[in-house]
Amino acid sequence: MKKLILASALMATAGTQTVHAEDIKLGVFLGFTGAIESIVADMGPAAELAIKEVSDSGALLGGSTVTAVRGDTTCTDSAAATAAAERLITSDKVSALVGGDCSGVTTAALQNVAMPNGIVMVSPSATSPALSTVEDNGLFFRTAPSDARQGEIVADILNEKGVKTIAMTYTNNDYGKGLAESIEKNFTASGGKVSINAAHEDGKGDYSAEVGALAAAGGEVLVVAGYVDQGGKGIIQASLDTGAFDTFYLPDGMVGDALPEAIGPDLNGSYGANPGTDSPGAAKFAEMAEAAGFKSGPFSAESYDAAALIMLAMQAAGSSDSGKLKDKVMDVANAPGEKIFPGELKKALEIIAGGGDVDYVGASAVELVGAGESAGNYRQIAIEGGKVTTVGYR
Amino acid sequence: MPEMTDILNALVLFTNFVLIPGIAYGSQLALGALGVTLIYGILRFSNFAHGDVMAFGTMVTILATWWLQSMGVSFGPLPTALLALPLGIAATVLLCLVTDKLVYRYYRAKKSVPVTLVMASLGVMFVVNGIVRFIIGTDDQRFFDGERFIMKAREFKNLTGLNEGLAIKSSQGITVVIAIILVGLLFWFLQKTRAGKSMRAYSDNEDLSLLSGIDPDKVVRITWIIAAALTTIAGVLYGLDKSFKPFTYFQLLLPIFAAAIVGGIGQPIGAIVGGYVIAFSEVLITYPYKKVVTYLVPESWAPESLLQLLGTEYKFAVSFMILVIVLLVRPTGIFRGKVL
Repeated sequence: MKKLILASALMATAGTQTVHAEDIKLGVFLGFTGAIESIVADMGPAAELAIKEVSDSGALLGGSTVTAVRGDTTCTDSAAATAAAERLITSDKVSALVGGDCSGVTTAALQNVAMPNGIVMVSPSATSPALSTVEDNGLFFRTAPSDARQGEIVADILNEKGVKTIAMTYTNNDYGKGLAESIEKNFTASGGKVSINAAHEDGKGDYSAEVGALAAAGGEVLVVAGYVDQGGKGIIQASLDTGAFDTFYLPDGMVGDALPEAIGPDLNGSYGANPGTDSPGAAKFAEMAEAAGFKSGPFSAESYDAAALIMLAMQAAGSSDSGKLKDKVMDVANAPGEKIFPGELKKALEIIAGGGDVDYVGASAVELVGAGESAGNYRQIAIEGGKVTTVGYR
Repeated sequence: MPEMTDILNALVLFTNFVLIPGIAYGSQLALGALGVTLIYGILRFSNFAHGDVMAFGTMVTILATWWLQSMGVSFGPLPTALLALPLGIAATVLLCLVTDKLVYRYYRAKKSVPVTLVMASLGVMFVVNGIVRFIIGTDDQRFFDGERFIMKAREFKNLTGLNEGLAIKSSQGITVVIAIILVGLLFWFLQKTRAGKSMRAYSDNEDLSLLSGIDPDKVVRITWIIAAALTTIAGVLYGLDKSFKPFTYFQLLLPIFAAAIVGGIGQPIGAIVGGYVIAFSEVLITYPYKKVVTYLVPESWAPESLLQLLGTEYKFAVSFMILVIVLLVRPTGIFRGKVL
């Protein structure tokens, strides 16, 4: 009976809507090379998984297909990222961008390319607090939480561990600086002491001088707000080599299996947190990822969700035009409506087509707040036995 | 008065973070600067391709190391790269001799002014730069194997009961030992052998040495061979101690040239002293002395600030500063080399 109603509803909408099936292109704008390439190796396929799911469903905008076009942000080189976004938008004619990944290049691409062209960007991993207030004409969203939230989480975890004094180093860019400031603010406010808060440059061969400075300032734990494939790893290696620090706090950019693999057993006992959730969506997504041949690593759930949100918003707007779909992103992401988990995109598209309302939960328990950013669910991790293990969620 | 253990703690701390890294880095710079200085002294131009030739030699050594490892060869507690080193040197010597034949010899025969040769070396730099990136890529490569530490920080603490640990990496030990042997060999070669004496004569006065029957081609050849060997060894030692990345090696050009010029370019002894001067200034100026001082002064005097002269992000600026000061105050360098 239910099916019959649904079918007739579908027929009715098919009759009233004047949408023509088209071949929609979505840009997957992530750092396939550069500082977080090992993480992006799972983020890119995750976004493409959602795109394929929608495209194969035939339920989007009267049977439109969606194709992913990749662009490389390089994570750190704003000029290269701007050029890549330019190519995606003006030459490949993508309807919207899933990305960018790192905060600096995301801001650059948003202001230089996406805003002048009126293209929506949904970033799965740009976490700089500055992006909450940046001028965006309502075009920018993120399925990742702002680091203002991460700062609170870090302070909470450190306080629970009984840590009184920390030394901190951050990668010298928008992401690192924003996160470090947020951690310092929250940790100091909760009564902790930050002995030093020093920048490090990525891509250097030798970090002994930086570690020397951190060690001289001292602290029970070294907070490394850097990148797992870059200076962050170098700092940890040099700290362990010289015996400067034994325990490290790892924020989101440092959580990845590549780190314990590279450093070895000395990293055991370090801990951290990255965006993540224990909602049923996360487990479902992990299965889907495995079946598709990639890992549900850091920010991969957010990448799937970012792509899904764009396409659901298209359906709700009845158009693949960024100017129209931008007003629907918050609607499909939040209550009220039927909860949508990963793998249920077809169902969601059909509900929207039938005039219904959806509340997209997805793989990362999406709840968009403020200027369109995730409220923030974090997975607390610990390094045990050379592996990243989940301790709990907060 | 601080107690004996406090003084020891301060000493160990200083050794761990300043002395040992400084000596290892200084030795690597010294070997690199020796190559620059030899080429300047004998071929009379600043070889800008030096850093990338260094990367080339290291790259060949890394590839040979991987090949040896895949054959199951290892060097016990020492890194396998040392076994692969001769191959790296041979390839670099070949590269240097071929570029000399293809590029530099033409300008030498024309008796071009040094700046033309410098520009030619800039071209060679870009070519070698590209070759290295094309073959091994732009990424970080770690190729150290064998025993990583001579002394681990934690072991030292347990052994001595001190607060501060002292870590000595095997790569640092190997660097210093090899540097001492090489410098000894080089000086013996320059002072005692016929070929070495003819090199010095050629450097001192080209025309006079030609009149005395010295074969200039042979001198040039030997110079390239020695410079290539020193460069490759310096590069491999740096890579073992830190990591190999083509861009880092390109950047090394600056401290290496600073070392050669500070010591007095064209003077082998100057290159060595210059290497250590640059390395130690970088470390000494950017190291915060808070903890060391805290050990030495009474508790109530303990400093609040970090006592750091310059942030570590300005490390490269230190070599620049020294370079500028030396060129202004004493352009010939410490050991009265040639004026650039």
